[in-house]
Amino acid sequence: MSEKKLAIIATKGTLDWGYPPFILASTAAALGYETQIFFTFYGLQLLKKRMNLKVSPLGNPGMPMPMGMDTWFPVLGTALPGMESVMTMMMKKKMASKGVATLEDLRELCLEAEVKFVACQMTVDLFDMDPSSLIDAVEYGGAATFFEFAGDTDICLYI
Amino acid sequence: MAGFDQELDATGLNCPLPILRAKKALATLASGQILRIVATDPGSVKDFDAFATQTGNELLESGEESGKYVFLIKKA
Repeated sequence: MSEKKLAIIATKGTLDWGYPPFILASTAAALGYETQIFFTFYGLQLLKKRMNLKVSPLGNPGMPMPMGMDTWFPVLGTALPGMESVMTMMMKKKMASKGVATLEDLRELCLEAEVKFVACQMTVDLFDMDPSSLIDAVEYGGAATFFEFAGDTDICLYI
Repeated sequence: MAGFDQELDATGLNCPLPILRAKKALATLASGQILRIVATDPGSVKDFDAFATQTGNELLESGEESGKYVFLIKKA
């Protein structure tokens, strides 16, 4: 039985969007999949040595809010200064209280499970990112390079 | 309940940590040895079922004990 393969293209850089790539990749690796994640655009935020991801309630009508706020809190209120920081802090607290791993832990678990991280060279250049601000265990490549692996996968996800 | 060679305490941990830790623990065991896992995540019941099927390690037992979920996995 040949090994199954999973490719994930990670394009988002917020706290809520950061979880799916790492959880799916680490779980797949635990189940024996050969896994690669291609980080592009805001997904590159997930490769920063010091991740400081936020989650914003603004423009996020699907986001559950505490105290039933999602039913009565005005959208304009979500743009108030400090709302983003408050929501981010509350979400992190909720995750900790429910035993959800931190993004740093999940990223570490992915690397331990030999998930390959590829950073989109083009986006790194586009945003003038300093490669030394990203974790070392990253390869740099382009879409064509990634397709070499992705084209052969059983599951390919765009996140 | 049958004997086991190693126990993994995965209580308080949620998806995907229980199976990730189990995978790590199994790697340290020899073929045929048994890992006992205690978890509190209700999702872990199905997760370990899938883990066993996908990785070829046998799930000997899956049950509940004093409100926690207990699994016995034999390394292939």
